[in-house]
This record gives sequence, C-alpha cells and structure tokens, in this order.
Amino acid sequence: MLHEITLNINGETYPVVVKSQDTLLRVLREQLGLTGTKIGCENGECGACTVLFDGAPVNSCMVLAVEAQGHCIETVEGLSKGGDLHPLQKAFVEHNAVQCGFCTSGMLMSAKALLERNPHPTEQEVREALVGNLCRCTGYIRIVDAVLDVAEAGD
Amino acid sequence: MKEQTSNPVGKSVPRVDAFEKVTGAAKYVDDMAFGPTLLHGKIVHSPVAHALIKKIDVSKALALPGVKAVVTGQDNPTLLGLYLKDRYIYAYDRVRYVGESVAGVVSISEEIAEQAAKLVEVEYELLPPVFDPYEGAKPDAPLLHPDLGKYEVVNFIFPKPGTNISEHFKLRKGNVSDAGVSEEVWAQCAAVVEDQYTLPQIQHAPLETHIAVAQWNADGQVTLWAASQSPFAQRDLLAQSLGIPHGNMRVISPYIGGGFGGKAGISIEANVVLMAKAVPGHPVKVRMTREEEFVATNVRQSLVAKFKIGCDEAGNLLAMDLAYYFGGGAYNDYGVNIARAAGYSCTGPYDVPNVKGDSYCVYTNHPIGSAMRGFGMPEIHWGLEQIMDRLAEAIGMDAADFKRQNCVRSGDIILTGMTMPEVDLPKCIDKVKEAIEWGRESKPSAPHKRRGKGIAIMWKAPAMPPNPGSSAIVRFNEDATLNVYVSGQELGQGAFTVAAQMAAEALGIPYEWVRVSANPVDTKYSPYEWQTVASRVTWSMGNAVKAAAEHARGQILEIVAKYWNENPADLDIKDGVVISYKSEREQTLKKMVIYGLPNENFEGWQGGPIVGSGKFMPTYVTGLDPETGQGARAVVHYTVGAQAVDLEVDTETGQIEVLKIASAYDVGKAINPDLVLTQIEGGAVHGLSSAFECMLFDDRGRLRNPSFVDYKIVTSLDAPREIHGDIVETPLEDGPWGARGVGEHVMVQTAPAIANALYNALGVRFNDLPLSAEKIYLATHEGEELICKA
Repeated sequence: MLHEITLNINGETYPVVVKSQDTLLRVLREQLGLTGTKIGCENGECGACTVLFDGAPVNSCMVLAVEAQGHCIETVEGLSKGGDLHPLQKAFVEHNAVQCGFCTSGMLMSAKALLERNPHPTEQEVREALVGNLCRCTGYIRIVDAVLDVAEAGD
Repeated sequence: MKEQTSNPVGKSVPRVDAFEKVTGAAKYVDDMAFGPTLLHGKIVHSPVAHALIKKIDVSKALALPGVKAVVTGQDNPTLLGLYLKDRYIYAYDRVRYVGESVAGVVSISEEIAEQAAKLVEVEYELLPPVFDPYEGAKPDAPLLHPDLGKYEVVNFIFPKPGTNISEHFKLRKGNVSDAGVSEEVWAQCAAVVEDQYTLPQIQHAPLETHIAVAQWNADGQVTLWAASQSPFAQRDLLAQSLGIPHGNMRVISPYIGGGFGGKAGISIEANVVLMAKAVPGHPVKVRMTREEEFVATNVRQSLVAKFKIGCDEAGNLLAMDLAYYFGGGAYNDYGVNIARAAGYSCTGPYDVPNVKGDSYCVYTNHPIGSAMRGFGMPEIHWGLEQIMDRLAEAIGMDAADFKRQNCVRSGDIILTGMTMPEVDLPKCIDKVKEAIEWGRESKPSAPHKRRGKGIAIMWKAPAMPPNPGSSAIVRFNEDATLNVYVSGQELGQGAFTVAAQMAAEALGIPYEWVRVSANPVDTKYSPYEWQTVASRVTWSMGNAVKAAAEHARGQILEIVAKYWNENPADLDIKDGVVISYKSEREQTLKKMVIYGLPNENFEGWQGGPIVGSGKFMPTYVTGLDPETGQGARAVVHYTVGAQAVDLEVDTETGQIEVLKIASAYDVGKAINPDLVLTQIEGGAVHGLSSAFECMLFDDRGRLRNPSFVDYKIVTSLDAPREIHGDIVETPLEDGPWGARGVGEHVMVQTAPAIANALYNALGVRFNDLPLSAEKIYLATHEGEELICKA
C-alpha cells in the first residue's frame, strides 16, 4: 500500500510516497539521497543507521517511514550549518576518531543526543550512550575522548 | 591559503578523508546512484555443508513477474582463484559449505529477488562432511576436492592431490628430519612443553557488508563497482576467468567501510558479474545482508596447532617441533598462502637452532577461510606465546626476560636461512614492560576478583607473491596544487593521508597543496596496485609515490636550471618555491608547472605540464626449497612488536575486564605518528575482541550465530580504559623514509597476552579460543558442585 506523507528532515519538509513496509533508513537513502546514514545490518544491531527522532537516537532501519510523519528527524547531513562543522564533527576530526567512516554518522548522532540530554556526561555515560554503535576500526577510545572534549568545552 | 605544513613526513597532520567522513559526504558503493535501469540480484545459498548437486530447477523463479534472469554454475563452469584455482563462481557439481552460491537471481526489486531466490529448487545428494582440519588431513577423510590435482596453482604452493591438503609447507632447520627433531637435541633440554592449541573460525565483521554492482554491455565492456581491497587483482581474476580482455574489464572501488582482509581477493564480485552478463546493459546490485556476510563471505581460518618446544636450563630455546592444521574452509584459493606464511614464520619471533615445522591448509565444509588482519600470525602466536611463558616458568625465569633473551635480532640467520633485516624487538619489549609496570602487582577491586598481567611478542612479514607491484602518478595544477593518483585503498588505515604526506615531502611543497585522486580507484584511470593487503601499502605504494614525486621534481629543477643557466644540483624546492643555493634566486611553482618558463627575451618557451610517474616492486625475494623451506630471502621484511595486558577477572561470573593494553611496534619510520597510534589502539581492541569471538556451527555445518546479537564484537563498554602505544623507529632499508607496515601487527598477539595475564591472575591455562566467561568460570570452579541458586 502506498502512502503520501511529508517528512521533516533536518528542518526541511519533504513530500514522499512510501510503501507501508519502507523503513525510514531506505527512504532517507533511496528517495532523498541522504546517504550519510548507513546500512550496516538492517536489524537494529549495529547503529550505523542512527538518526535522531525528536532528539532521541533511533536505528532508522527499525522505524517505518510512515511512523516518522509529524516528527523531527535529524541526520548527519544536518549537523554542519553553513559550512561550519558541528563541534562534535570538529572533535572527531581533531582526535582522529574516524577510520573507515562507516560508523561515524551514527556515532555522531548518538553523541549529539547524549550531549543534548546530558551536557556533562562522565566517561562511563559516554560509553553507555555509544554502546549501540559498533565500530570495528578505532577501538572507541578516540571517539569517547572526542565526545568528552566537546562536553568539557560546552557550558 | 591557510596554514601550511612544510616537510610533513613524521608529522601528525590531519587525515585527508576526515572531513568527508564526518559530514556524511564520503561515498561508498551503496551510496552511488545507478539510475532507474538498476536491477537487484540475490544469491541462492546452499543449505547443506557437503553434497552433490543432482538437479537445479529455476523455472518457478523465472516465472515470477519481475524476474529477469537466473544464473547457475552451468552458465559458466570456470574455476576462479588467486593462488589456487579451486572454486566455481556458482557451484557446479557439488556444494562444500552452508552458504555456498548455488544460483543468482536478477529482478526489478530487492523484494522480488528475495522471493525468487526461495523458488529456485535444488536437489542435493548428501556427502559426509569434514569439519575438523586435523581429522580432515588424515588419508581416510572424505574428499572435498577430488580434482585437486587438476587445479591450476602458482609454483610456490604445494597441494597434495588425493587428500584434503591444499598446501603443505615444510620447514627443516638444524638437527631434524621428517620424523622430528633429533632425540639428541631433546636430551639437552631442561624443559619441554608439548601441547595443542586451537582457534575457531571468526568473522571480519566490517560495518559495511560486501557489496558489488556490475554491468555487462553488449559491446563487451564490463564494469564492476565493488567495496574492494583488490580492484586490480579482481580485474585480473575476472578477466582470466571469464575471458574478458583486461582493457575491457573495469573495476571501480570507492571508500570501503572496513576491510580487515575480508574484502581482499575475490568474494561475491564474480557472482554479480555473471548476473550482469545475463541482463546486458543493466547494472545489477547485490548487497549482502548481515546474515549473509557471516555465512557466505570470507572468514578467518580455524587452526589446530601442535607444539613441542624445548629450552636449556639457561633459558635458551633449543628446539621446536610444530604442526599447524589450518581449517581452510571449502575453498582455499587465498587460504593456501596463509598456511605458507605460517610455515615460513612458524617459530614466531624467535631464534631457534633446530626447527621442524609443517604447516597445512586443509579443506573443511565450513565457510571460506581467507585473508584476515594478521594472515596466519594471530593463529600461530596464540599457542607459541603461551608456551614461551610455560617454558620460562618451568626453568624459573621471568617470561619477559625469556622472550627478550630468545627473540630475533637484526643480522640473525632466521629459520628460512634469511638474514633478519634491521628491527629492534628487545626495545619493544622494554617499552611495554615499562608502560604496564611489569613485575608490580596490582590490587583487585573486590575480594572475588583477581588481577593479572601478561606479555606477548610477535613478528609478521608481508605475505604475498615475490613480486607485487605498486605505481603512482603525480600531476600539477596551475596554482601548484598537486593531484596524487594511487590505487592503494583507503580502508580507514590512512593510506591516502600518508600518500599526500610523502608526495609533499618528496616534492618540497606544503601538505595542504596535495589532493589524493583515488576515490574511487578506477582501474581504467588509476595506476596499478597489486592489493591493499599485507600491511604493504605505506611501504610499497609509498615508494611509488616518492618515486613519482621525485620524477616530477627532477623535471621542475631541470626547467628552472635552464632558465637561470645554473646546475640543477644547486637547486632545491622549499615550500613550493624553487631556490638556488648558489645564486639565491627564487622561482614560485605556480603557473610554471603547467605553462613552463620563457626563454630570455621571450625567445620561445621551455617546459610544459609536469606529470611524474613512479613504480616499486621488490625484486629480491627468492624461492624456497619445497623440502626444507630454506632460501636466501623468504620475505621482504618483518615488522615486530610487543604487547602487555593488565586485566581483572571476576571469579563469580568468569567475566574479564581488560584494564590496559600497552603496545610497542617497530614501524621503521612513523610517516604520521598519530595515525600509527590509531592503528595500535584500534588493533589492540580488535585483538581483544578476537579472543572472545567464535563462529558457532552445529553438527551439520550450519552457523548458529550469524548476527551481532549472537556474534558479539567489542563495544564501547568493553574497550579498555587505557591503551598505551609506543612507536619504535629502526629504519627499513628499502622503506620510504625507512617506513614499514603496522596495520595488521597490532592485533597479532593480543589474545595470547590476555591468556598469559589470565594465567597470572588465576593460575589456569586456556588452550582453546574463545575465552568465554563460561569457560573461565568453570575452570576456576573445577571440582565444585555447580548448583543453580536461582
């Protein structure tokens, strides 16, 4: 069954036609060209497709596109404004917290959600917030340090 | 321009790919657009481990609306393989593992392809399976490859037709025979340890699963887009196997979402090319699901290793008798070279006078064992590094001292007869001892917990054919920015960044002026690179980049020297300006690198667009005697290193918490020190994870844990609080600025370092991976009656 819906992504409104079973992940990538959100398992296990759903991190492979109507969705593409990197993106670059890059978008979104609900997390809280985002390259330490750095710099 | 970095080699400049990756702009295969003519492919996998194919009926699948083609092994019964051509693209007359490609369905949507795949009917006649490599190597084991003797094979691999042994590497040194090390030698030993250690198959588990898109045009032009560590090797294998002229076969590979060896050689790519052949003009895409990634792509080989090792009372190693049985899985086209690598490095990083080593690659009815980070070395070091500790204990010596005393040093004649190139392993050992505070006991955080420290050392040589080549091109632009063309792949390790650093350094221009034109690598336009494997790219591709930059530099100096009427030897390029040490004149590179320079009074011009090219190929590796493994130069070089672990284990749950890992590796020269540290850190955590990972099969060869829920990899909560890295720099003779590789080495000995620390904590040895909490709990409660208190 087809549904005509509008999605609010990174502050922009997009009219789309989706099937009932289409996931938010597929619609972001295949209809809107927002390919920064990655397909890692399509089973809610790896976190590569993490986006923010009204500010909360979700695996977009586990959200139907029709469920997203009327909600604010944020993806990695919405992080930098006017060519300036978001402080988390800057910190990831400075800490060399990026290797292959496939988990990076999801990591950034989970980290953003954490800092919005808890601006001064402990190291343990950062690790807990990122536990659903798997990374096979970095060993996580640089990522955790980058997030802690941003938390310290903020007020 | 903003900040400028002069002489960037040795400096921790930022990664060239980081901006793209943090903004989500970096393109991977799945992010490329192929338009509305794109079709979707689905592979039909074998549900049985070992069987003859009696019949394949595709009629129901073909009849489903939206299905465009179904391909099977009958379409192209051609053998494929890197070192040993032992694999049909789609199973031809038999299947050898659960997950093997039996057919490929092409349709207008992913959903229809999935449905159609279920409609392909295959009739199997079951054969007895082989799962254990040691049992499988026996003469009476059921045969997986009755045609082994007919397969095409490179001249340094020795299959044993009539058995399941696809490679047998023999190493004989000192007072030994095929029967073993001489009794005379054992009689001199004060301590001998004889034992067996095993490891299961494990998965690379990159975040990006295997993905390929192929298009076969009516004019014979074939294009493959693939997440690939080996675009050129894939082009070569596909061209050979499918009879396509190399010039018509094009492989395009953008950024890769993690490789670790799993995307080396060839996996699903040929299957997708054959799907595309059936629907000319249409691109066809196959993205492996996570379950397929676990079941039906390459994995690390399993190993059954038998050791007998002895030393004298002063702690000098005297003898090693080693037998390695690698569980190569169903096809060993790449895996044979892992067994070979484990054979010519079978002693680990030790100087031992008497060695009998036999390394076998054995066919089993499990997934295809292939390249994975470390390529045979994590497997053999698992047992070796624990036995060294046991020998040290037996003669009352400190384990670190024992390893330091026996480890290889520059100039040693090592097991194959080759002279050990410059490296400093004792220094690596000293560094990690200091970092982990070796010998100092730490208090556990609770009465039911135990603390322990362990140390392990390693070596690894790039395992490859004797002559794998690299090439590079540099091209200037009008503003003197430079594009560097390479085909070393950016898997996350930082290949592009070091290429840019080296080009800038060799040319004398700022780092910020360099752009790396390698995303995607495109075999139609990019210079040749054998494969991004074996930790060879910084060294081999780096040498090619340096040569290309020097070629361009020579052209520039010649033009300016002529312009000034000076000798090129008196000129140099500094920060993008040509200077003369003699006349102190200066000439900016801008414009002149494209337009050249005018002659005096504008009477004509000289020069022109500057393009430099360079290549590198090792020319000195020799063959080895098939009976003894002896030869002048077995490998190009070795990278060595040490790791030490500090951990705490909970005796009530069997849970291990690794608190700290300290690593030190001799990288020759750190082109980008912080990127070396990121490898050391990421590798240590990968190594830690590998100690707990296991592909769990049932008795019919079916994988029971093909998901991240059941196959757990380390998460942010499991990673140690602290990973300490030390970089040792003993320059490599033929490395660019002395550099050698380090990408794989960083996880080779982590598992045995953990096992040694566990022994230190608990007094219990673990011979078989994985180190599950259950196993540790049971070992620490041996003899107790276990009662469920819940």
